[in-house]
Order: sequence, then C-alpha cells, then structure tokens
Amino acid sequence: MLEQLPALILLAPLFGALLIGLVGLHDRRACFPIAFASLVVSLASALGAAMRAFTGGAYNYFIGGWEEPLGISIVLRVDALNGLLLIAIAVVAVLAVIFTIRPSSEKDTDKTAYFYILFLLLCVGLFGITITGDAFNLFVLIEVSALTSYGLVAIGTSRRCKMAAFHYLLMGTVGASFYLLGVGYLYLKTGSLNIEDINTILTTNATVAQSPGIVTAFLLILVGIWIKMAFFPLYGWLPNAYSYCPSGSSCLLAPLMTKVSVYVMIRVMLSLFGLEWVFGHPGWSDLVVWLAVIAILAGSIMALAQREIKRMLCYLIVAEIGYMVGGAWLNDPNLWGLTGASYHILADALMTLCLFLFAGILFKYHGISEIGDLGGLFKKMPLTSIGFVIGALAMIGVPPTSGFFSKFYLIRGGIEGGHPEYVGALLISSLVNAVLFFRIFEIAYFGKNPADGHSHDHGHDSHGHDDHGEAASPVLREAPTYALIPLLAAAALILLLGIFNGQIIELIRTAFGNSAIVVSNLR
Amino acid sequence: MVEFLLNTVKPHFNFWVYVILMMIGLWSLIAKNNLIKKMMGLAIFQSAIILFYVSLGVKDGATIPVLDYHGEHADHNAAAKDEPAMTLPTSSAGNPADAYANPVPHVLMLTAIVVGVATLGVALALCEMIFKEFDTLEEDELLRKIKALHDDA
Amino acid sequence: MNPKLYASIAVIITGLVLLYGISDFPTFGDPRSPANSGVEGGAPSTSLYYINESYGATKVPNLVTSVLADYRGYDTMFETVVVFAAGMAIFAILRCFGRDDEAVITAPTKSSIDGDHNRIIVGTTCRLAVPVVQIFALYVVAHGHHSPGGGFQGGVMLGASFILIALAGNLNDALGRFSERSYMTLASLGIIIYAGFGVLPQVLGKNFLDFGVLEKFFLTDGPEMARSHSMLGVEIGVALTVMSIMFAIFANLSSRGTLKGGL
Repeated sequence: MLEQLPALILLAPLFGALLIGLVGLHDRRACFPIAFASLVVSLASALGAAMRAFTGGAYNYFIGGWEEPLGISIVLRVDALNGLLLIAIAVVAVLAVIFTIRPSSEKDTDKTAYFYILFLLLCVGLFGITITGDAFNLFVLIEVSALTSYGLVAIGTSRRCKMAAFHYLLMGTVGASFYLLGVGYLYLKTGSLNIEDINTILTTNATVAQSPGIVTAFLLILVGIWIKMAFFPLYGWLPNAYSYCPSGSSCLLAPLMTKVSVYVMIRVMLSLFGLEWVFGHPGWSDLVVWLAVIAILAGSIMALAQREIKRMLCYLIVAEIGYMVGGAWLNDPNLWGLTGASYHILADALMTLCLFLFAGILFKYHGISEIGDLGGLFKKMPLTSIGFVIGALAMIGVPPTSGFFSKFYLIRGGIEGGHPEYVGALLISSLVNAVLFFRIFEIAYFGKNPADGHSHDHGHDSHGHDDHGEAASPVLREAPTYALIPLLAAAALILLLGIFNGQIIELIRTAFGNSAIVVSNLR
Repeated sequence: MVEFLLNTVKPHFNFWVYVILMMIGLWSLIAKNNLIKKMMGLAIFQSAIILFYVSLGVKDGATIPVLDYHGEHADHNAAAKDEPAMTLPTSSAGNPADAYANPVPHVLMLTAIVVGVATLGVALALCEMIFKEFDTLEEDELLRKIKALHDDA
Repeated sequence: MNPKLYASIAVIITGLVLLYGISDFPTFGDPRSPANSGVEGGAPSTSLYYINESYGATKVPNLVTSVLADYRGYDTMFETVVVFAAGMAIFAILRCFGRDDEAVITAPTKSSIDGDHNRIIVGTTCRLAVPVVQIFALYVVAHGHHSPGGGFQGGVMLGASFILIALAGNLNDALGRFSERSYMTLASLGIIIYAGFGVLPQVLGKNFLDFGVLEKFFLTDGPEMARSHSMLGVEIGVALTVMSIMFAIFANLSSRGTLKGGL
C-alpha cells in the first residue's frame, strides 16, 4: 500500500473533483466536505511519500508497471526537494480550502460546484507537475493547472476579471507552447521524453549536448517557464489576474502557481539539463542574475506605487520571483543560491498565502481593498492582525521567520558567487518591503477607526460584489473562526519553517546530492 | 538563392514551414487588435507546433503505425509477406521497424490537439463574456472602457 | 503602430532563434534520426521498442492506441481531465442560472424538428443522418485497436451528432435528448471509468494503470489480452467525457450560458 502513495496524492483530489461533478450540482452542501476530505487524504499521502524520500533517498514509481527500458512509460519521481514541495502544496491547499467554506456571495453559490471542481483539479495539476518524471507529461499537467486557473480567475463577478483572465490565457498558452516546442526539440535530438534518460544522454553524449538544437530547446523551455512564472519582462498578466479574481481563488493561485513554475525551472536546470551543462555556458548566469536584479527592483518600486492591498502583494510576488530566479542562477561554488531559492519556494508559498488570506478576509467580510481604509485594524481585529504581522515580517525578512533565513542563504550565495548587484537588490527590496509594511502598520495602529465617518465606497473599482449581507456597516470585527484558522496556521508554519530551517536546508541539499552531476560541485 | 533553397531549406523544409507558420501566429497574437483575431493567431501558433511534432515521426516510405495484423496463425503470416507495401523494409539498413512511422509524435500530438481545443473553448467563452460586458472586442476600446470604469469609481 | 513594431521585433528574434536551432536537425523523413531510432548514451529508443515489442505485450496492432492508452495512459487520463477542466471553466465563466434576464434569447414557441414545416428538409435530413453518425462514432470507438480511431475521435463524433440536432432544430431539441444533468453526470463518469481502470490494479497490489493484472476480471488468457480489453474500457470512458463536454461547450457558448433558445 505504501508504494502506492505517490499516485494517491493526485488521485484523491481527482476523484474528489469527479465526485463533486456527480453530486455537487444537486446538493452544493456536499462540495466542501468532499473537497476538504480529498485534500486531507492527499496531504497524508504527500507526507508519507515524502517521508520515504527523506529517509531512503529518491525513488521512482512506474505508471502501468512498465519498468524496462526506461522511458517507455511515464515515471513519477519523488526526491527530497519535490517531497517538501508536495507537502507545501498540500498544506496550502488544505488551508485555502478552509477559507472558502462559506461562499462569498449569494450569486456565487450557483457556481460553488464548479469552483470546487476547478480548485481540486488545479491541485491535481500542481501535484502532478511537482512529481512527474516525464518532460511531456509535465506539459499536460501545466495545461491542467493553467486551464483551471483561467476558470478560477474568471469565475468572479467583477467586470474586469474576464479581461484579466483572457490576457492570462493568451500569455499562459504561449508560455506552455514554448515549453512544448522545447520538449519537441529535446525529443528530436535525443529520442526520449524521460527526464532522467535525457539527462543521461546529455551528460554522456557531448555532440548531442553541444548542438544548437539543444541550446535552443533550453532557451525555449526557459522562456516558456518564465512567462508562466511572470519573470520580469514577461510579468504583465499577473497583477490583473491575481488582484481581480475572487478571494478564494487568489488564496490558492497566488501562493502556488508561480512557485511551482519556479520549481519547474529548478527541476529543468538540475535534473533535465544538469547544472554543469547550464553553467557551462559562460555569460548566461550573469545575464539572468541581472534580469533578476531588474525584476526585484521593478517589482518593489511598482509595489510602492499601489494603493490596493492585493495589487501591492501582486507586485511583491514579481519581486519575489526575481529573488528565486536570481538565486537559482547565482552559480556559486557551494550552491547556496540554489538552496536558498528552493527554500524560498516553500517560505514564499506560506508568506503569500498568509498575506492573501489577510487581504481576502478584509475584502470578503469588510469590503476593504485599499490600504488607507485599514485604520484601527489592530484594535478591532487583534487575531487577524497577528497573522498579518507575522506574514509581513517574513516578507521583510525579520528573524526568526522563514523569510529571514531564505534571504540569508540567498545573500550568502550572492556573496560567494560574486554577484554584489544581486545582494544589493535583495537588501534594497527588503528595505522597500519594510517601508511598505510599516506604513500599513502605522495606519492600522494609529489610523482613525473607519467606523467614524467612513464613507464606504461600494463597488469601488470593479470588485463588484459586496458579499456581506448584514455588514453594510463598515465596523471592523474579528474575522470568523474558519477564516482565522488558516491565517493563524499559515503564520505558525512560517515561524516553524524558520525555526527548523537547518533540517529543511539539509533535506534540500540531499536532493541536490542525489543527482550525481552536482556531487562534485558540492565538494 | 536557388542554392540556398536547395542546400539549406530543402532538407529541412518541414522545419522552415513550421517556423514561418508559427511566426505568423505569434505576430497576429501580438499585433492584432481584435480579440478573436488574437485567438486565431493562437490557434495558428499551436497548429504550427503540432505540424513540427508530426513531421518528426515521418520516415521515407513508411506507412501509418498500424501493424499489418492477420491474427496468430502461421499461414496468415505467410500471406502477409505477399503484401510488399506493408512489410518490406525500405531502408538500406534493413530494420523492419522502418516500415512504420514513429507512433510517439502522433500520441503526443493527440494530447496537444485536445489541449489546444480546450484552450480555444475557454478563450471563446471569455470573449463572449467580455463582449457582453463591454459591447466590443477591440482591445484599444476595451482598455479605454476599463480605464473609464476605473476613473468613475 | 506600436504593437505592430513590438510584434515584428519579437517575431524576428524568435524566428531567428528557431532557425538557428534547426540548422543541424536531421533531414525530413530520415528513419535513422534520433527521434525515430534513438541516440547513443541513453536508454534504447522508445519508438523502436513500441514498433517491435508493443504488439507482443498488448495484442493491439494500432500502435498509436496501445501507446496512447497503455504506455502513456497517464498522459491520456490527464488529457481527458483537460477536456473536463475546460468544460468546467467554461461553465464557471458562462453559466447563468436564469437570473440574468438580459442574456436570455427567447426561443420560438414552436420549434421542434417534428412540427416545424419551415425546416422540414433540414429536419428530416438530420433525423436520418444522426443515427448513422452515431453508429459510425461507436464503430470508431470500438475499432480503435485495429484502425485509426479511438475514444477522442469517436467522442467528438458523438458530441457532433447532438450538435447537429441543435443546429438543425433548436437547442431545446438537443437538450431534451441530452440534458445538463446527464452531460455533467456522463462527463464525470467517463473519467471515473478511466481512473477506475487505473485504480483497480492498485487494489490488486500493482501500480496505477497496470492493466495486465486485470486478467481475472476479463477471464482472458494472459495479461496481454487483459491490457487490450482494458484499453477498450478506457477508450469508452474517454468517449463519454469528450462527447458530453463537446456538446456542453456548444450548448453554453451558443446560448451564452442560459441554455435557453440559442441560435
């Protein structure tokens, strides 16, 4: 039974979604319990599958039982790195689904079943991307997660979300198509689709590895993934898509979609092409790190200019993507940059979840979307504020939150790799984050309580629906329990991830050690 | 010019065709103002990739990847040998597998076609809703109307 | 003019990079190309393996079907999930449950194929054509093992037959035969059948989608025939989902999600 866990991670939410398709339209009260139960099952299986990888090293799960020769069938591969990510995805999904327990408006209840089906299928896609060992299968699962996320963005009632979703769809499809084309070039040059097998060919067969076709394949795959993760020049779709979509969707999309794309990039560099091949091309590393520096600075500066909480967070995501891409490309001798980037994927998923849950609570229960409306927040909503403060401190990088340690490892990589510009950008961005969040703290602590003379602007912008039937009065009250649980749990996990950073870093580095190419690099 | 066509383009003409088609798609995806035309560009873009993949599996003189199947009996197998088109290898190396095209790209592209159709369906649905909300599918007008929406609020 | 300038720059750069990549590609139709017969250093070529060995392992002469439904069956399952997800996304975007009055296009009161004399030629032709289309679609599904065909193609044809009814008469005619309730049920059921065939071997202690172990269910001799039969079951599941979603997408798009009137 235990060998079956890797498959069970995906199958639980898949069957959950199908079950909702069968019964959810007739009885929408059944949707939440099914979704919650299936995500808990996949969290348990992810824990089990990852534990096996932590203790026994990476292992394969052969779909269909076809083991020999390698690559005739699709392989699921679990190692320490994606084991950690699987757990993180499952945790974020479980917490985000708790937040959606009450639909946000009367009109939305019609679409509850569709929402949960898309939600679960998105989780299926993300789990699949993380665990698969086949380059083409990765494309199919990227498309599963992409199509569901278009639906989750467009499911809102706001007027602008459809347009945002359309742009997201165009960009996302182009990104996925570039990836597909890159895999086609790889297949043409190597005749294989299995990631392990392609890697073996590229390390043993130098004529293939150095041919222009393989170089182009890498560029195509890289650009495709960059579009998907909203890396700097290609980030245009992200702020609109994530800030105009309903709160329930953004709590799942914002923490996970971009982070999983970063994981795919790391996986492509580490397992598909191999670090020696990637860094064997002089100049690439410097170029990408400079791009990342621009991404960090641009994201931070644009975040400063925003008045809305969600939009500000979206631009911070753009900056965070810069951290991770830059970190992964630092090419420092001890791979601290790559380690820090991998750790930051986990840390950033939790931080973003925490902050988007906070923004979701404010918007869903109080209709607040502007930073200026937060006056008196700390006094009226102490528990919500605690969660928010921890998330914000992690974003700034204050110890002992996880954000501090990821920045610590990234900076260490930057120094050892000889990239002072990256270190500088990281510090400036931390400073900007501090300015941003302390401005919010100040308003929330000293600002006037909006209950006194607050002119509540209905339907500001186009978030459209005011979902709080009785809460037309703008009085801030503590959020309901089912919204507080995920927020505080996320905050607690941020602290835990920070406190146990040593063990987690060790696990991540065993994953690098497992791929034989980097062992020499590590010593 | 002729030499260039013969030496560079001809052996790789399938790749040249796919690159040109793909660039037509990409151009209309970026440059066109109408959302439906953008979608058409997207469709051309994806079809070009499908063309690329399918052309990978082509072998000279090979047939479709459906085995010449006559059951298990020996006499039927003997009969099959009389049909040269199906079983005779065409390559000088004499590998019997050369009689059949490579099935893998076909399988992959079946998947990609379905994905493309699904994406276009969602894009159409979005266009329909955008038209219902804003009464236009021209991007510049849409952006103007959205901006007005923002300023009103 | 700006977008055109950007577009031209992007297109030229991308095109040049792609043309740089193809400079050392194998010539068109080369049977010895890496894609067709593998390359030094890795595992043996999967393409040659499928052509040489897969008939012995699965007893399915159509290699595309055996690779699609067995070796790469995991991909195909998610391909079906993509179709399902697209359907759900379209419902989530479009479907409105009769509250949005402006969008309702009122249907003509008397619009059945049977009663409408203005459409007697179209109606009669379609009534004759639909059963033939459907029978052929079932043939395509069932005969995918031996000739080009399979679940996706057959499913699309089945869906098209319902779309034909809607085009010839009225959306209500088609929805009367294939209601929202039934297409949602069948769409989910299709993937449940597919994934169920995958989970059954897990219950019996093998890996996901390892059809060979199902031989006792099918009372066949040997795992090869079990794989062959399971592929048929899987294709039926695919056909159900594709049929339902194709028709559902048409119904929702043509009526702007109201499922009333339309066209």
